[in-house]
Amino acid sequence: MYSSKLGRLVLGVSCLKPTRVRSGPLRPGLRTGFSWTSVCQQRSLWLRRSVLMDNNQPALPCLTSARSVSHTTVDPNEVRRFQSLASKWWDEQGEFAALHAMNDLRVPFIRDNLLNVHRGRPTAKPLAGLKILDVGCGGGLLTEPLGRLGASVLGIDPVEDSIGTAQLHSSHDPDLCHRVNYRACSLEELTSERPEGAEAEEVVGQFDAVVASEVVEHLADLETFAHCCSLVIKPGGSLFITTLNKTNLSWLLGIVVAENVLRIVPQGTHDWEKFISPEELERLLESNGFSVQSVKGMLYNPVTGDWSWTDSTAINYALHAVKLRDELFLHQAEEDSPHTQDSTTHS
Amino acid sequence: MHKLAKTTLALNGVARCLFAERWLTTPKSVCRGFVCAQQNNSDGQDDVYDVIISGGGMVGSAMACSLGMDPNLEDKRILLLEAGHKNVMDSVPDTYSTRVSSISPGSATLLASVGAWEHITNMRCKPYKKMQVWDACSDALIIFDKDNLEDEMAYIVENDVVVAALTKQLDSLSDNVQVKYRSKVVKYTWPMPHQAVESIPWVQVTLASGETLQTKLLIGADGQNSMVRRALGIPTVKWNYDQSAVVAVLRLSEPTENNVAWQRFLPTGPIAMLPLSDSESSLVWSTSHRLAEELLQLDEESFVDAVNSAFWSNENQSDLVETAGSMFRTALSALMPSAGSPRQLPPSVAAIGPKTRVMFPLGMGHASEYIRHRVALIGDAAHRVHPLAGQGVNLGFGDVACLTHILSQAAFNGKDLGAMQHLLEYETERQRHNLPMMAAIDLMKRLYSNDAAPLVLLRTFGLQATNMLPTLKEQIMAFASK
Repeated sequence: MYSSKLGRLVLGVSCLKPTRVRSGPLRPGLRTGFSWTSVCQQRSLWLRRSVLMDNNQPALPCLTSARSVSHTTVDPNEVRRFQSLASKWWDEQGEFAALHAMNDLRVPFIRDNLLNVHRGRPTAKPLAGLKILDVGCGGGLLTEPLGRLGASVLGIDPVEDSIGTAQLHSSHDPDLCHRVNYRACSLEELTSERPEGAEAEEVVGQFDAVVASEVVEHLADLETFAHCCSLVIKPGGSLFITTLNKTNLSWLLGIVVAENVLRIVPQGTHDWEKFISPEELERLLESNGFSVQSVKGMLYNPVTGDWSWTDSTAINYALHAVKLRDELFLHQAEEDSPHTQDSTTHS
Repeated sequence: MHKLAKTTLALNGVARCLFAERWLTTPKSVCRGFVCAQQNNSDGQDDVYDVIISGGGMVGSAMACSLGMDPNLEDKRILLLEAGHKNVMDSVPDTYSTRVSSISPGSATLLASVGAWEHITNMRCKPYKKMQVWDACSDALIIFDKDNLEDEMAYIVENDVVVAALTKQLDSLSDNVQVKYRSKVVKYTWPMPHQAVESIPWVQVTLASGETLQTKLLIGADGQNSMVRRALGIPTVKWNYDQSAVVAVLRLSEPTENNVAWQRFLPTGPIAMLPLSDSESSLVWSTSHRLAEELLQLDEESFVDAVNSAFWSNENQSDLVETAGSMFRTALSALMPSAGSPRQLPPSVAAIGPKTRVMFPLGMGHASEYIRHRVALIGDAAHRVHPLAGQGVNLGFGDVACLTHILSQAAFNGKDLGAMQHLLEYETERQRHNLPMMAAIDLMKRLYSNDAAPLVLLRTFGLQATNMLPTLKEQIMAFASK
């Protein structure tokens, strides 16, 4: 790993080699090679936007979150980008090395927080009997460890090739293939499977936990995402999100350095515009019936290839929220915002 | 496969354990590629074990017990493969067997944690409190003991007793640990490092009976001529000492408290007497091949004479060395009058036990890599040392403790047990501990194999000085007790 990382550092700095990853048709503004021009363009875009942000009120998500299939969480360009990487998921030293290493943080995070909620579990399979939904599971990097810990996991991802890779990888393991299932669909497709009306109750409260790790920064519509999550989670169930913060530092380190200089992440993976700060995410979730329990910062060390917990949420962070029970949510909504009482719908 | 010179390999090993293992991961996983990946997709998927341990000796059985007793690995399917018969010992035989080991306190702790130590103490084991090591070419000696002489330093246990105790414990763990006796492995098939569409990702083990087993992690505990290690093509640094060890059971002339282990360095090699009971001791005499064969040919009386004279005679001491030695000792005792324990003489031998004397060749071996994708080596398969320090099996038990801890953590984090990341941690930790120990043992062997005057003087002064420094002795004992 050292030699490849050093190689990448040298290559990135000398910026002579064209990018390894061939993505599909590119969105305007995405860079294939490393070019200072586009870096400056991106930077000036951000400066303009931050001026706007200072002048305007931050947009609050509307509380009228009727379940709607016209809003989709899936961004087609993201789908295309990940399609080309589909076969590379399980190469532990490849493009997704940082995600493999992140399991050292996110699996204990999920496991320990679920153990806090559901006590008295067997040590060998601490998550036995729990149903978990892994949104944006990709090749199953996080789905499989959760399955090994005893949970019944459903992994969903809009990229069919990734699901194929995930299914193939888990099919060899008799321990996993009964507990871990995959489906190529998006979150709103999953929630809209059942017809509305009387049978809508079946969707509610199906999962003990939903995990959306490194997903939120690729979605087109976060409001729909949060709403769908609140539909599928049982009251009192958990939501785990890991994503990147929208700060100067995350732009510099998370995009410029990680994608262009050190090439830890394939180029064009992240769009800074889609990052969300923990405060905004918290607001969004609370308006959808969640109560945020903890937010912890994560830091990646490119030299050792390890992640560690940190106090600062400036770049990466992990968030754990719990879905409030219905009566608690309605009570809270009434308390917090009296002027939106008329627009409060079913949680 | 790369062919490296001996020194380069040794340096390679040193470098590997000094630098963070992650830095070398990519070249490792590329170079540790394999031949013959299985290409067909069979349907026998239910028969995938989580761990298969190849080799049911002391270290392999201890590994099986250790994994079976761990709470995080409760639901894993573990299999131990042993080519020999099941070693059942309902009652301890009257005669002592010739192959014994010195079990350090660290190893005793491990055996206690797997529940086998109780069986051992119920069967037969001899604790000893003191060890005297001295030179034949001079008067220098060193005595190791615990301060108050109340605690035991280590235990002498017959190898058969250890295996029988572990077998008994395995019987009680039959829920998740299976044992197959009389199963010899004929072939190993290795998986591709990355997922290929039509290949099986597990290690496949083919037995002589024709059965093929699959496993997510293979642990090689099959001894110094490890088939696992050879099949992987792991470069091994090894050389033969021009020595063989002769082992026998000795009957002492008169019963004594017998809680001291004796070792004398002769120019031909060290001779050691390890206590077994009040009237019997075990002999381990490492000497040249020719002399070893001669010893085996001797009749009982001549053999006993040879043993006694090896321990007692002073014919190898030259005047120069004797004078120099005693002057140095006087000087040291002027500086540190209270240090240094009195010299004792070992008990004399009257006869030898009924079991025949045997000899076996000695050598040094170290695998430059302890792990590969889905494979780990423990015990003599990874490292082989000279018996002069009584460390061989203790290093193996140390491997067992370390690997169990690491696999337990990995299972609790939902990891695939055969993944390289945590196996690399095991390799680094154990190489960091084993290499200095092996280097020290090899150095001792070479230092004491020579009777040239300057070398003798050097080691005489060194030994006497070490004997006078209690802190240094404590450090040495602590290092050897792990």
